[in-house]
Amino acid sequence: MTETHTARAAAAGEAGPDAALPAIELAGVAKEFHSGGEVVTAVRDMDLAIREGEFFSLLGPSGCGKTTTMRMIAGFEEPTRGLIRLHGRDVTGTPPNKRDVNMVFQSYALFPHMTVFENVAFGLRRRQVPRNEITRRVGEMLEIVDLSGRERRRPRELSGGQQQRVALARALVNRPRALLLDEPLGALDLKLRQAMQVELKRIQREVGITFVYVTHDQGEALTMSDRIAVMNDGVIEQLGLPREIYEHPATRFVAGFIGTSNLLTGTVTRLAGELAVIEVSEAEQILVPVRGLRVGPGSPLELTVRPEKIDLATRRPADGACALRGTVTEVVYLGTSTSFAVTTTTGAEMVVFRQNSALAGDLAGRGDEVWLSWQPQHSYPIG
Amino acid sequence: MTALARAEAAEAARRDGPPRRRRGVRPGRVILPVYSWLVIAYLVFPIAVMIVYSFNRVTRGLQQVSFAWNGFTLQWYRQWNAVPGLTSSFWLTIRLAIAATVVATVLGTLLALALVRYRPPRFRGKTLVEQVLFLNIAAPEIVMGASLLGLFVTINLARGFLTLLLSHVAFSIAYVAVTVRARMAGFDRSLEEAAADLGANAWVTFRKITLPLIMPGILAGALMAFALSVDDFVTSNFVSGSAVPFPVWVYGATRVGIPPQVFVFGSAIFMVGICCALASIVVSRRQP
Repeated sequence: MTETHTARAAAAGEAGPDAALPAIELAGVAKEFHSGGEVVTAVRDMDLAIREGEFFSLLGPSGCGKTTTMRMIAGFEEPTRGLIRLHGRDVTGTPPNKRDVNMVFQSYALFPHMTVFENVAFGLRRRQVPRNEITRRVGEMLEIVDLSGRERRRPRELSGGQQQRVALARALVNRPRALLLDEPLGALDLKLRQAMQVELKRIQREVGITFVYVTHDQGEALTMSDRIAVMNDGVIEQLGLPREIYEHPATRFVAGFIGTSNLLTGTVTRLAGELAVIEVSEAEQILVPVRGLRVGPGSPLELTVRPEKIDLATRRPADGACALRGTVTEVVYLGTSTSFAVTTTTGAEMVVFRQNSALAGDLAGRGDEVWLSWQPQHSYPIG
Repeated sequence: MTALARAEAAEAARRDGPPRRRRGVRPGRVILPVYSWLVIAYLVFPIAVMIVYSFNRVTRGLQQVSFAWNGFTLQWYRQWNAVPGLTSSFWLTIRLAIAATVVATVLGTLLALALVRYRPPRFRGKTLVEQVLFLNIAAPEIVMGASLLGLFVTINLARGFLTLLLSHVAFSIAYVAVTVRARMAGFDRSLEEAAADLGANAWVTFRKITLPLIMPGILAGALMAFALSVDDFVTSNFVSGSAVPFPVWVYGATRVGIPPQVFVFGSAIFMVGICCALASIVVSRRQP
C-alpha cells in the first residue's frame, strides 16, 4: 500500500500547484436525451466540484439524473452543454478509455469468460504493464478485497458479494484518479450490504482514491460519505456533510427524501430575538430560529422537525419549548424505539420516535391526548 | 377454528399429498418415451438404410445401388475414389461450403451486430433489412435459384465456382444473422462499457469481450451455413454450370443408376456430423 501512497504523492508532486484543484469538476453541465421527437432533460446546468480523496455521494430517487451525471464523468455520455474537468484537465469529448477514472457497474459487468485474475488484470494489460508487475499488483489488490486464492475462479462461481469485490478490485488496481460506483451494493441482501458499506469505506481510506458513489439509499449515503449531493429532477437540491443534510434539509424535497421528517407550516405571529414565534393557540407555539432570514410578523413559514427530536408527554411541557397538542392515531413498536403517529389540533400529521426503555414504560396508546414538545434549535426553516 | 389454524391445516394436507393411487404405471410415463423413440426412428431410418446399403455387395451388371441384400463388403469403401466425377464434385462441394461459410458468417455476424446495436435515427431502413432477412428465409428456393440464374445470365457472368459461391453466401447470410442475433439478445452492453472504461479501444473491446461471448452463436450460425451449402441442390442446379457440386452430381446420376460410392460419401458426411454433435455435447458439458 505504501507504493500507492508514493505513487499518489509523486502524482501530486508533478501536479505542483494543481494539487488544490478539485479531482472532478462539472461546469454548467447539462444533458438532454432525444426520445421520439421529445427532449428529455436528465441533468440541468450543474456545477459541482468533488475534492481530491473524498467519498462523495450523489443521492436521489431513480430518474433524478445521478447515473447520467456519473456516466458523463466516466465518458459514456457526452454533455449537451458544459465542461467536465478531471484534475483541471478538460476531458469533455475524451472517450472513456482515455480517461483516468474507473467505474464499478451496478451489474458488476465482470467478464464471464475470464477468470478473476484475468478480470482484474484487464486494465493493466491494456496499458502494457510488465507481466510480473501485473501478477504482483493483482495479487495485492485481491488481498485488499479479501479474495486471495480465488484467482482461478470464474465470476459465476462466486457469490454476489465476492463478485462485487472483484468488480471493485478490477477498477482500483489501475490506481485511477477517481473511482465511480454506480449503486454497487444494490443487488446484495441487507446483511451483506451493511458489511460492504463498512468494507468500502475501509478500502477507500486504505487506497486514498476519490470515490464518487451513486445511490438512492439515503442510509448508505449517510453512513459512508464525506459529502453528499442530493439530486432531484436533474438539479442538486442540497450539497453538504451528511449531518447537515440530515439535520438541516435545505428544501422540502430533501426533508422528505432523507429519513422521516415532519413538515409544518404556519404564519409568524411575532419575533422574539432570533426566534420566530408561531402561536397556534394560547398554550401551543412553535419557535423557529430565523437568523439571516427575512421573516417578520405575518410572513408564512415552513419548517421541519426530525421525529427523534420530539418529546411526547401527557402534561404540558415547560415554557420556552415548542409545544403542540394532539391525539395519538397509531403506535408502532420498532424494537429499540417506538413510532407514534400524532394528529395535532391544527390537523398536521406528525411522527415521533421515542427510545424504548424499561423505565419509560408505555408512553401513550392509541387515542390518547398528548403534548409534543421540542427545543427551538430543532426547528429548521425551509426555503 | 381461526384463520391461522385453518391455513396450517391446509398446508399440512398439501404436504401429505393426495392419499389416492400411488402404485401402478401412469399412462403419461409410457406415452412420452414411446413417442420420442418413434420420432427418432422415423428420422434416422432413411440414414440407417443408406449406411447399411453402403456395405452391400453388387453381384452382376453395372456397379449400381440395388436394394436387394447380396452380402457384406467393404469394396466401396476401398474403391471410394473409383467413380470419375464423383470425387471431384465432392471436393468441390467441400471447398464451396468452406468458402461460403466463411464469407456468410462474417457478413451475417456484422449484420446481426448492426441490427442489435443500432436504431432508426442512426440505422435508417432497419425494418426493411429485417423484412428482407425474413423474406430471404421464407422465399421458395426455386424462386431464388431462378432469379439468380437470370441475374448471372443478364450480367453475363460465367456460371461456375464463383456463381455458386455468390448464391450460397446469399442464402446463408440470413440464417447466420438470425442465429447470432438470438445469441446477442441477452448480451450485457455494460461489459463493453467496462472494457472501454478499463482502457480498451473499440477493436480490443470487440476482440477480447464481444467476440468471445457471442462465439457460440457465430459457431452455430457457421455450422448452419455449412450444412445449408453442403446439401443445397435447387439453387446450385440453376447456377452451377460447368462446376458440378455433389448433390447436383448425385441427382444427375439417379437417371442412369447411383454408384454405391455415393452411399459411402453420404455415410461419411453423416459420421462427420455425428462427431461434431458429440464434440459439442462434450465441450458444453465440460464448461461449468
